[in-house]
Amino acid sequence: MPSLFQTILHGRLTGLLVLGAVIAVLPLFLPNNFYLDIAILAGFNAVVCVGLNLLIGYAGQISLGHAGFFGIGAYASGVLAGNYGWPPVLALLAGAVFVGLLAFAVAKPILRLKGHYLAMATLGIGIIVSIVLRTESGLTGGPDGMTVEPFRIFGFELYGEKTWYWVVGALLVAVVWLSLNLIDSPMGRALRAVHGSEVAAEVVGVDTARFKAAVFVLSAVFASVAGSLFAHYAGLITPAKADFFKSIELVTMVVFGGMASTFGAVVGAVVLTLLPQALTVFQDYQQIVLGAILMATMVFMPKGLLPTLAALLPARRRA
Amino acid sequence: MFAELLQYLLSGLTIGAIYALAGLGFSIVYNASHVINFAQGEFIMIGGMASATLTASGVPLPLAILIGCGGAMLVGVLVAKFAVERARNASTVTLIIITIGASIFLRGVAELVWGKDFKRLDAFSGETPIQFLGASMQPQSLWVVGTAALLIVAIALFFNRTLTGKAMLATSHNRLAAQLVGIDVKRVVLASFALSAALGAIGGAVVAPITFSYTEMGIMLGLKGFTAAVLGGLGHGPGAVAGGLIVGVAEALGAGYISSAYKDAVAFVIILAVLLFLPNGLFGKRGTERV
Amino acid sequence: MNMRTDPELSLDAAPVARRDGPPLLRVEHLSREFGGVLAIGDLSFTVAAGDIHSIIGPNGAGKTTLFNLVTGVYKPSGGRVLFDGADVSGQAPYRLAARGMSRTFQNLQIFFNMTALENVMVGRHLHLNTRLLPALFRFPSLVRKDSEARDRAAALMAEVGLSKYLDADAASMPYGALKRLEIARALAAEPKLLLLDEPAAGLNATESREIDAVIKKVAAGGVTIVLVEHDMKMVMGISHKITALNHGRKLAEGTPAEVAANPEVVAAYLGAAP
Repeated sequence: MPSLFQTILHGRLTGLLVLGAVIAVLPLFLPNNFYLDIAILAGFNAVVCVGLNLLIGYAGQISLGHAGFFGIGAYASGVLAGNYGWPPVLALLAGAVFVGLLAFAVAKPILRLKGHYLAMATLGIGIIVSIVLRTESGLTGGPDGMTVEPFRIFGFELYGEKTWYWVVGALLVAVVWLSLNLIDSPMGRALRAVHGSEVAAEVVGVDTARFKAAVFVLSAVFASVAGSLFAHYAGLITPAKADFFKSIELVTMVVFGGMASTFGAVVGAVVLTLLPQALTVFQDYQQIVLGAILMATMVFMPKGLLPTLAALLPARRRA
Repeated sequence: MFAELLQYLLSGLTIGAIYALAGLGFSIVYNASHVINFAQGEFIMIGGMASATLTASGVPLPLAILIGCGGAMLVGVLVAKFAVERARNASTVTLIIITIGASIFLRGVAELVWGKDFKRLDAFSGETPIQFLGASMQPQSLWVVGTAALLIVAIALFFNRTLTGKAMLATSHNRLAAQLVGIDVKRVVLASFALSAALGAIGGAVVAPITFSYTEMGIMLGLKGFTAAVLGGLGHGPGAVAGGLIVGVAEALGAGYISSAYKDAVAFVIILAVLLFLPNGLFGKRGTERV
Repeated sequence: MNMRTDPELSLDAAPVARRDGPPLLRVEHLSREFGGVLAIGDLSFTVAAGDIHSIIGPNGAGKTTLFNLVTGVYKPSGGRVLFDGADVSGQAPYRLAARGMSRTFQNLQIFFNMTALENVMVGRHLHLNTRLLPALFRFPSLVRKDSEARDRAAALMAEVGLSKYLDADAASMPYGALKRLEIARALAAEPKLLLLDEPAAGLNATESREIDAVIKKVAAGGVTIVLVEHDMKMVMGISHKITALNHGRKLAEGTPAEVAANPEVVAAYLGAAP
């Protein structure tokens, strides 16, 4: 009997089915809206992380600024749907298009950079975005944030944790499906080749700059869409959702769960969304415990949670 | 006009000196271990908090600074030994997460020990402003710039004149070769963390009377220090110092002439602009990749 | 291409017949300096289509730099590279690959984050649909061509004697196998010109002879080969033409017999060999 982990790691779509099944039955075990709310937040984070993992885990390019894209998506929805009365779907699309264009414009010059220089540049972009959101209070409400209209589509209003749970669940399944498809394609291999050896990829014809830019844009758009929907769900957004710490949190989820593993990104997002909630029992020691867990996990499982656990399973060993 | 410009330059140099120290700290650690230590800002915080709280409870200032500095060095060595050294072969991004984990941990400890409120530290030699060509300057600024200059000269002498310093430089050029000639590379890494912690902590202590001390003071200062190090070219000590001063002055000018709300963005706009044309910073290596 | 496995590699195949084709690669007055030091200086030579053309010279003669210049990894400081009739000087490697140039590396450049088969499949990049949307939504045509690419990559791996490593992680393979994996990956691109940078370096005598056989087979299939190699027995045995370099300049050129008899070459290189 193959274990759950082997199924997740080996089947092309079995993993997706398992994910769908977990999402489908999870509400039965969640006693109230408080838990549903945490599940929804985990779902939003997971959507962003699946995209970010394509960039960091598969293509090997760091971004310490993706919360900026999440934030732009959120505020595009807040501002356009709220202040200007756009239909939410249109606001979401406008945000995604804007983020896509912005990411595309910065991608080629920035992704020429390597390692820590790339980290610096993406960090800078994220911080600049969050400072703009915090400062342009006429549009964004400044540091206190702004309220966001509920999401309406075809006359329906998405309301309540129950509805949003299914929306986010469906979105996550869709994003995971897209990610799995991409990785198992010529473009996906090109992305991994960029990670493995840029020069070797180039000499067999991979235009590395183009593929790095493409995956950067794609991951930014995933973040933007998640940000838009999050804004409507939460009803209130603040610049903190776009700041350096949110970016770090997202990267940490990807690395924690396991780089170059789509399900690792999901697991990382879920675990690290739950962890702070669970750590509230430590009260004043919460930060200390969180920092210690991060350090210990990364020191003892540098490849991340899911790949490390998978490697422990004897049947996975290759001949 | 001129007095105003001078005023901005002076305040820019003051904060730039702190960025320079932090940037130098990043560079020293990077050279020894190829790690970007995102906990560098927490060393500044430890220095600031320790000197503020210790003097408040009656410890003489020089002793307070010394204790803060020693504490930060100890913390630096512990981070190096128990986190960074064990993850030697981990990827860049994993190492970044480890040092960020360390900084969250350290901030947590600091909040527990010192609380969340702002701590005040008296200026070292009064607060009577010094008039200078129409600009006025806090005496503490002189302390900041003077201390930073002294530390930078001391670091330069250390790396160029002492055997330990030369061993550390050798390690940064070629780790394996350094090991072969008998340099204890592990100790070099520990020493680099201790050294960068000392730089940060002393910087934090001298800047505390200007900025106040609080447990989150290290976050932005650390990021600006990282910016300074990258601007100068990672691992390039004089570059990091220049980078820090450039960032500090640009920030002060930006706040003065453009918008104070966007002060914190200036550093990042500059670094993006520079990296666009010089992907390895102002003074970084322009090598061709060997294949 | 026919499926072959390791033991069937004929190790003593006769030399590949020379076709003496038109020039496929022409290097004209090429030079490149690094910080004032001339790595390649005023170098000109021509590689005829169908030839196995070797570049020899002592360590530091500039052989790998020459490869990097020809394949676009480095930009020349002066001179031109003409490939298949077009001036391609300074073009990016991926553009040159699209024109039909591929190479291997002296220091292995393997995608260690993939399986062996996937490494070779990356070599098919230019022949596949590499656009985003078809990949995201798994267009049937893309899936079909991808599975053809998989078969083709497997056949190529058999060709170079790597059948038993199909699904192995590249990171788990021995050095000798990785050398051949690079050749298979380069061949998957279906190049007109294949540049091999020390394919036998670090291999034992048996492995060297296997590589020798692989090169001959590839050449017999119509691919022009430029070879950098220190194994003189191999070079003298399989080359149609040899260009000898020293200090980035051309020392001698000709058939293996001519070059071997050249006193300057003997002094600079062969004489120094044990």
